[in-house]
Amino acid sequence: MIPAQFDYIAPSSVEEAIRALAEHGDDAKVLAGGQSLLPILRMRLNAPGVVIDLGRIGELQGITEEGDTLVIGAMTTYAAVLASEAVGTHAALLSKAIQTVADPQIRHRGTIGGALVHADPAGDVGAPALALGAEFVIAGPGGSSRTVAGDDFFEDLFTTAVGEGELLTHIRVPKHTGWGAHYEKFVRVSHQWSIVGIAATVRSEGGSIAEARVGLTNMGSTPLRAKAVEEALVGKPATDEAVRAAVASVAEGTNPPSDLNGDSDYRKHLATVLTRRAVLAAAGA
Amino acid sequence: MTITDDRTDTTAPELEIGKARRRKEDQRLITGRTRWTDNIQLPGMLHLAMVRSPFAHATITAINTAEAKAAPGVIDVVTGEDIKDVQGVNANAWPITADQVTPTHLPVAVERVACAGEIVAVVVARSAAAARDAAELVDVDYDELPAVLDLKEAAADTVLAHPDLGTNKSAFWKLDSAEAGTGGDVDAAIAKAREDGVVIEREFRQQRLIPAFMEPRSVVVDPTGEQMVVWSATQIPHILRFLIAATMGIPESKVRVIAPDVGGGFGGKLQTTPEEFATIAVARRLGKPCKYTETRSESLLSGHHGRDQWQKLTLSAEKDGTVTGLKVELLADMGAYIAIVGGGVPVLGAWMFNSIYKFPAYQFNCQTVLTNKTWVDAYRGAGRPEATFGIERMMDELAAELGRDPLEVREQNWIRHEEFPFTTVAGMTYDSGNYEAATAKAKELFGYDELRAEQKRRRESNDPVQLGIGVSTFTEMCGLAPSRILGQLNYGAGGWEHASIRMLATGKVEVVTGVSPHGQGHETAWSQIVADRLGVPFEDVEVLHGDTQTSPRGLDTYGSRSLVVGAEAVVRAADRVIDKAKVFAAHLLEASEDDLEFKAGRFGVKGTDKGIGIAEIALATFAAHNLPDGAEPSIDADATFDPDNFSFPHGTHLCAMEVDTETGATTMRKYVCVDDIGTIINPLIVEGQVHGGLVQGIAQALWEGAEYDEQGTLVTGSFVDYTLPTAADTISFVTDHTTSPSTTNTLGTKGVGEAGTIASTPAVVNAIVDAVRPLGVDDIVMPCTPERVWKAIQAGHPVSHEGERDAAPHFDEATPNQDPGAGSPSTTTEGSDQ
Repeated sequence: MIPAQFDYIAPSSVEEAIRALAEHGDDAKVLAGGQSLLPILRMRLNAPGVVIDLGRIGELQGITEEGDTLVIGAMTTYAAVLASEAVGTHAALLSKAIQTVADPQIRHRGTIGGALVHADPAGDVGAPALALGAEFVIAGPGGSSRTVAGDDFFEDLFTTAVGEGELLTHIRVPKHTGWGAHYEKFVRVSHQWSIVGIAATVRSEGGSIAEARVGLTNMGSTPLRAKAVEEALVGKPATDEAVRAAVASVAEGTNPPSDLNGDSDYRKHLATVLTRRAVLAAAGA
Repeated sequence: MTITDDRTDTTAPELEIGKARRRKEDQRLITGRTRWTDNIQLPGMLHLAMVRSPFAHATITAINTAEAKAAPGVIDVVTGEDIKDVQGVNANAWPITADQVTPTHLPVAVERVACAGEIVAVVVARSAAAARDAAELVDVDYDELPAVLDLKEAAADTVLAHPDLGTNKSAFWKLDSAEAGTGGDVDAAIAKAREDGVVIEREFRQQRLIPAFMEPRSVVVDPTGEQMVVWSATQIPHILRFLIAATMGIPESKVRVIAPDVGGGFGGKLQTTPEEFATIAVARRLGKPCKYTETRSESLLSGHHGRDQWQKLTLSAEKDGTVTGLKVELLADMGAYIAIVGGGVPVLGAWMFNSIYKFPAYQFNCQTVLTNKTWVDAYRGAGRPEATFGIERMMDELAAELGRDPLEVREQNWIRHEEFPFTTVAGMTYDSGNYEAATAKAKELFGYDELRAEQKRRRESNDPVQLGIGVSTFTEMCGLAPSRILGQLNYGAGGWEHASIRMLATGKVEVVTGVSPHGQGHETAWSQIVADRLGVPFEDVEVLHGDTQTSPRGLDTYGSRSLVVGAEAVVRAADRVIDKAKVFAAHLLEASEDDLEFKAGRFGVKGTDKGIGIAEIALATFAAHNLPDGAEPSIDADATFDPDNFSFPHGTHLCAMEVDTETGATTMRKYVCVDDIGTIINPLIVEGQVHGGLVQGIAQALWEGAEYDEQGTLVTGSFVDYTLPTAADTISFVTDHTTSPSTTNTLGTKGVGEAGTIASTPAVVNAIVDAVRPLGVDDIVMPCTPERVWKAIQAGHPVSHEGERDAAPHFDEATPNQDPGAGSPSTTTEGSDQ
């Protein structure tokens, strides 16, 4: 498994990385944790002339708190997110989802930003990011920076709002302190991509669901947020019966893929069952 | 080694056999700091990359190599045409019938490719990277031909995998107990049961699997010496040497084959490969050492695959559950070529479908078929897992039909322990066994009755998670094999094994074995055996293998043969060493041989404290100063062992599976196996073999399957899609043993390398079917994915289990007898565009 030859650049700042992107354009690929890019290169599914490694850019790593927001550097590894008490406390859903990603080796290499920009609909961080209402900070040429709302970030299969010559630098996650959370991942073997995954986080009040956020993994060409279900859950008791009714339509309008792990209709059925389970688990029921 | 023992008291040594020694080879194997083939670097060595066909079936119309030849670092680009006279062929060593249709398998295709992944050109460069880069520049023109991918379609001969052969049917092989005189007429038994008994008819699919050994295959060829040296990650260095000589026109004496440390095989390296032959041809053409190491993708695509059968089974019984007949009709996919023992693998089922049960009438039919897929050959268990799956599923179906406990119905029909040795309806004589004892122990460890009670509770409460219990009381034949029997089966070689023991002057012992370990731990087990036999310290024994120069005679490792055949040769060689040493001992002690006794490595004169250790004799032999007149100064010895019979391990495996009826997800709750593998040399190694074997068999039931699209492209071409399990997917197994020593070798061993794989697959599927049988499910196609389980439940029709039911219906010619939607082939196997 030897990739085609490429030049390697390892900038030490975002500014330098953006300049390199501008210089090499289409010929360049950005390397974050490499857990998707390296297999692609080694299997020769792609042969960029230049690989720009973001691994030496310190400003892209780490987790900080800004008031009611967690700011996660795009190059923060899954393992670092998992180890963060702040994330566990204020965005438990993200921790729960990342716990299910592949295996420890991959979690120590793979980065949250790399996964989000790669935008594989079967990846496990997109749905919780959407559910938590995350915003995405994108750097561009000339020191420019813009922030994209979750709903506008994922555009299509492997396509995000991060344009040519741009880099995702940070993910801003509104704190969901005190919310229960659960990521219900359905796989056949543990290291597999999600067949279907359901990210649910719930704020409970007196045995009822006061607010709910639900994200869907691999139920379409992008991660999805199930807003109708979220609304239907408000005010419902955290019982099997009530939640079952509220989430019954979760698969409506989704367009999940058909593959060896299951056809589209089966995935829609799974989403219904798993959403109920995820919401009940998030509500502590 | 971290475990050593103090052996100062040699008069009462602790026996090595039975000791759970950690494996002496593991440090170097696990750290990788050893001689894996790909670690070998020779001066001036060149690197190869293969250009492979993307098409399942096509004529090669042109190959333009100019651009690749001009690429940096490239030495040559070689096509099949360039080496057509010197590349040899990949031989089939077991033509199962005299009229077997066997397509010629050239290592590098010349005119036509018959499966995706066939090599069409070889790029030679100064580095592996340069070779790989240039391989993309080789421009091959193909004219696509119609490909036949579905096994049943292939058997109908509408599209031909090899148009020149005129048929896809390779060979038909039959064993009929009435014709052979080993039993009655099966058709009569079935006809009678249709009148007044029970007939179970089922069709099962053995999916295609890929032997995913840890170390990809690799070969290094050095043609520069008088003897060409071939290092290969192979299970079969001796057989490879023979076939290089036999098909490439190189004298055998000019070929040395070395299997250095080899990282697993599971049968997948029981092959002489196109890659080996192509590398040899290119190295000889250029006169330079060459290396080829496959990528994992190439391994999954081009290493031979395993299993792949349709099994049509008819079992007849009396209404009281006594079995009266078994008819087996197999279609076996060979892929594009008949591999080294490809045709023989399904035929091994002939002696195994009847298993441990006393069928009075039996018939086995096997049609081997060519398709345009990767060739198929041995994979852990080879023929026996297929048979065990078929019969163990059928016995559960019989029990279900009768509304009885599946263990009880088995016990009613199995060979009782006092009936051994027992000659079966297939003509095999089982040497020893005790099915009652293994089953009793397994039931107790499993908590069978409690789990049945829980199952009942869950059924009654309509629990969304149902519990099923699966049974597999298996046997297998190990120790390939008595040469005479192999000769009768037209197998291309014998089944003997060879060993040499060299007593070194310093008291150390070299044991040369003809078997070729690739992860089994032979170095440790053989050391334990020799340490006991010769009374020398475990650490003083060195086991040498896998090099035809060091180990000139041997037939290598497969079919659980190494211990039962290979180690018996070692025992016999050791006994000859003792016999020779005894003569010298008598001379040195000035005693009569009759007065000597050999114990704990020392010849003692009975009734005195006089004696001499075997190490001292080895030194005296080396010096040769004081040996008997005319004595040859050597106590080294060789032995070749050819068994009279196979050995027949058996066991009872019980599996509890939870099935989430809402999603179809299955979760293993408990797995207990009690195996009777005869005498155990090293319990730790046995435990490892059993655990690994179980996971591999469970993987067939739940996870693994090679899938092609309708163009004949392997869809499961990486570990993303070929879902190999890891430790995270399995539970902790409960393993135990009963011991009925084999009578076919002096150690009493039976072989354990394949037991877990053979037994576990039906135990798991039986458990899943048992869990959802009340929901109207009586089969689920493997691998039992959640989707298939869920769809089977959706399609199920609840059935009453009360009262007697009529014989199960006849086969519907149009479809297999799966429940509609229960993972039907149209959605999940050939012809799918997924």
